[in-house]
Amino acid sequence: MNSQSIAWTLAAAQTLLFILAAPLLAGWVKRVKCHLQNRAAPAVWQPYRDLAKLIKKNLVLAENASWLFRAVPYIVFGATLLAAAAVPLIAVHLPTSAIADVIVLVGFFALARFFTALAALDIGTAFGGMGASREMTVAALAEPAMLMAVFTLAMTAHSTNLSVATETVLQAGLVLRPSFLFALLALLMVAVAECGRIPVDNPATHLELTMLHEAMILEYNGRHLALIEWAAQIKLMIYAVLIIDFFFPWGIASEFSASALSVGVLAVTAKLMLLAMLLVVWETVLAKMRLFRVPQFLGFAFLLALLGMLTNVVLETGG
Amino acid sequence: MNTANGLPLLLAYAAIVCTLLSGAVSLFAVRRHPGFLHFGSFLFLFLAGAASIAAGGWALLAHLTLTDQLAFGLPWLKWHLRLDPLSGFFLVLLGTLVTAASLYGPSYTREYTHGKAPQPLPPLGVFTATFVLGMQMLLLADDALVFMIFWEIMSLSGYFLVAYQHQHAANRHAAFLYLLLAHVGALVILLSFGVLAAFGGGLTFDQMRATHLAPLWATLAFLFAFLGFGTKAGMVPLHVWLPDAHPVAPSHISALMSGAMLKMGIYGIVRVSYDLIGEVRWEWGLLVLVIGTASALLGVLYALMQHDLKRLLAYHSIENIGIILMGLGMSMIFLGTGHKILGTLGLVAALYHTLNHALFKGLLFLGAGAVLYRTHERDLERMGGLIHRMPVTAFMFLVGSVAISALPPFNGFVSEWLTFQTALQAPALENGVLRTMIPISAALLALTGALAAACFVKAFGIAFLGKPRSRRVAHAREVPIGMQGGMALLAVLCLLLGVFPTSVIMAMAPITQLLVQDSLPSAAAQGWLWLTPISPQVASYSAPLVLIAIVVVFGLGFLLLKRGAVPARRCYPWDCGFGRLTSRMEYTSTAFTQPIRRVFGAVWKVDEAVETTAGAGPIPRVTGIRHHLHVQDWSWLKVYQPIGRLVLAAARRIGFIQTGNIHTYLKYSLATLLLLLWIVSL
Repeated sequence: MNSQSIAWTLAAAQTLLFILAAPLLAGWVKRVKCHLQNRAAPAVWQPYRDLAKLIKKNLVLAENASWLFRAVPYIVFGATLLAAAAVPLIAVHLPTSAIADVIVLVGFFALARFFTALAALDIGTAFGGMGASREMTVAALAEPAMLMAVFTLAMTAHSTNLSVATETVLQAGLVLRPSFLFALLALLMVAVAECGRIPVDNPATHLELTMLHEAMILEYNGRHLALIEWAAQIKLMIYAVLIIDFFFPWGIASEFSASALSVGVLAVTAKLMLLAMLLVVWETVLAKMRLFRVPQFLGFAFLLALLGMLTNVVLETGG
Repeated sequence: MNTANGLPLLLAYAAIVCTLLSGAVSLFAVRRHPGFLHFGSFLFLFLAGAASIAAGGWALLAHLTLTDQLAFGLPWLKWHLRLDPLSGFFLVLLGTLVTAASLYGPSYTREYTHGKAPQPLPPLGVFTATFVLGMQMLLLADDALVFMIFWEIMSLSGYFLVAYQHQHAANRHAAFLYLLLAHVGALVILLSFGVLAAFGGGLTFDQMRATHLAPLWATLAFLFAFLGFGTKAGMVPLHVWLPDAHPVAPSHISALMSGAMLKMGIYGIVRVSYDLIGEVRWEWGLLVLVIGTASALLGVLYALMQHDLKRLLAYHSIENIGIILMGLGMSMIFLGTGHKILGTLGLVAALYHTLNHALFKGLLFLGAGAVLYRTHERDLERMGGLIHRMPVTAFMFLVGSVAISALPPFNGFVSEWLTFQTALQAPALENGVLRTMIPISAALLALTGALAAACFVKAFGIAFLGKPRSRRVAHAREVPIGMQGGMALLAVLCLLLGVFPTSVIMAMAPITQLLVQDSLPSAAAQGWLWLTPISPQVASYSAPLVLIAIVVVFGLGFLLLKRGAVPARRCYPWDCGFGRLTSRMEYTSTAFTQPIRRVFGAVWKVDEAVETTAGAGPIPRVTGIRHHLHVQDWSWLKVYQPIGRLVLAAARRIGFIQTGNIHTYLKYSLATLLLLLWIVSL
């Protein structure tokens, strides 16, 4: 096999690993959270059982569901899968990361969100409309903050390509860039909002006043729900891996040797476990905020990202 | 003219002749054979569109610059015409929309002859033809005289098209506002040409190109041109005519206006600043960037508050013109500071978005027209569930919605991606202020994109999904095949331009070669599969692979999960145990945007009130609730109304010299004459 086909095979394997590991991360988050809150914890692989059960179940559709409603789970899963393919998990320089840069990545998430919101409006229940309306509002505020944070990094790396950006940080070594600090904080806040975690949204509730994402997918069941849940788990993992890649990439494989790749797997596993614990602590000490407090939360994230950008422009590129 | 190489120009003439014939057919033949208009007029319009595409495409791809002179006009000034890659590009854009409109028109106009309130068709046919003729000729114009003549023909025909259904007072008002601003704009454009002609020593564009203007005069010429053409393009705060005028015209004309006529403003800005003045300055770029950002953001925020589907689309035109201007502004900043490749990138992004907006906005207006045709409804609050009744229209409108929301893999995403890539090159600039301004406007572009997605979730979701909210909508039928064809043409182009961006950018190379003597050599460095505008290390995007991956994932998922599965059971949606859901319980357009209205409250003048009627009896209860909401545009209240009042007040003051007595007027004439004689003798 020539190097090109090895790289493509590795990329495919990495993507597969990515989507297969995502439920595990969700299971880990849930388990740690239960321990922290003194509750009996489910097994780490409970999410796999849930997904398998949902896939086996027969479908029930609302009577006026259109073809769009049935197509959306596949579109959402497809877009999220593509996003996962573009993010370097255990190795940089894989060819799939050239298909989509970080702006395209944001585009994939936007695509998934667009269709989820449409599916929510398809049945015509008030819940769906409410979820779609709120989700699109939150997304409209989160997206600029996200892109602003990412632009700060892209300007430092002179690239929007995730592989190249990761490589740049890797080679720069342990230097403290103030702009990165701001961008990290902003990106963490955005990730919380985009993945529907506390304090913006609560993934564990079905109370109408607090639902955002859950309200949109209320009418889904069976394999459709499985795909959407799985996509949400992948999305959480993508954000986690993005933060790792941009700010703590050390350990990721920059060559395709067996030893480098195994170090890469171990490093990313350890870092994901730590990041998940951080998320759990965050979710345990904070309470869900009112919907109209969310703009302030995201405005703060945007402000941080903007500060990062200004710091970058003023302090770091000289001039 | 050399006939052997002049074929593209001859094709352009053929297009113009076809347009004229289309007008003539509707004028003369219609009285005896009313059905003739549906086919004859639109057939010629179709041919005109096709010939425009051929002529423009040829000139663009073969990198031809053809000139010709026609012996019309003033005795000492023949009409100078020129077909070059830039005008070719805009001819292709215009031709595509004209073709789509001509497929769509025959069925759509049937409503005017067969409907409840019949309208005479000849004016519509004639003014459509002169409208298209004006645009074709102004693209070919190579002197200021021809340009202004056909600019005016385009603007005036637009007036008659907006006022076509003049029985409604609102339409007459919209048409008047349109005419007023079109003329203010034209006047300012004339001033710009005046500056250029005064230094160039003549009205031809060649003379203007040849002169090198002092920075002050060049800036003045640019400012006039930007103001004048910007009025036509609908930039903030000169946009007020647009949301009134576009919705009231017949829908295929709305598509032409929003898709093509606004682009003539962009053409004018590009032609005057890049070609005629020649050396763009970064200060101009800053102005264009700021106005562009404001237009994009305000356009989408105003659009969100609309529940009239066509009005919503009109506001989105302002947003997209803003995005185009952002690309142009960054291009000017980079070119003015000596970064030629980056300036080229910005220009390509702007022109790409110009083409994309023409396609998806044309598509969306045709879609809105299809809904209007079957349901006689423009109000979103009365639609719903149309995806079941009009599946093809729904699908086309969905394609347009995804494209305009800048989502991959459609065309809107590519041009926004290019705009972002241009913005990310800001560190190349030396000036710290510019280096900060550009990323901030990029962040606002991100906000715009996300809000546009929210707006189209609303527009598509409320109109086509859910349950029907009125009886006519519940009984709608799919539109005739011709209207579907017009929409399908544009929808397919939206996808193709999204999936093959590298080829499109390579085809646009002659334009940038002509205007800035540069192109993007590295854009296709990795082959047609990869788009790498600056270099593969900096950024890459492979739209074909994305499309393939989406199709593969979709197919695999479908095969794996669907195979052997029990067919889905249908049942009632969850109703919280309160009894069956009705369409009254659905989220409405106004409800959908309530959070956004609250978050961005300061942008509009919002009057919102809830009145409750208390029921009789000792127990407090509510028998009726009325929700009142009125959202207004600040620029109308704070800019236009004061100006209007000022003009009226000034008119009243000056009015006292109007005595109505012939002797007084004779005295005025005498005084003027003496004054002039005195000035001449100085």
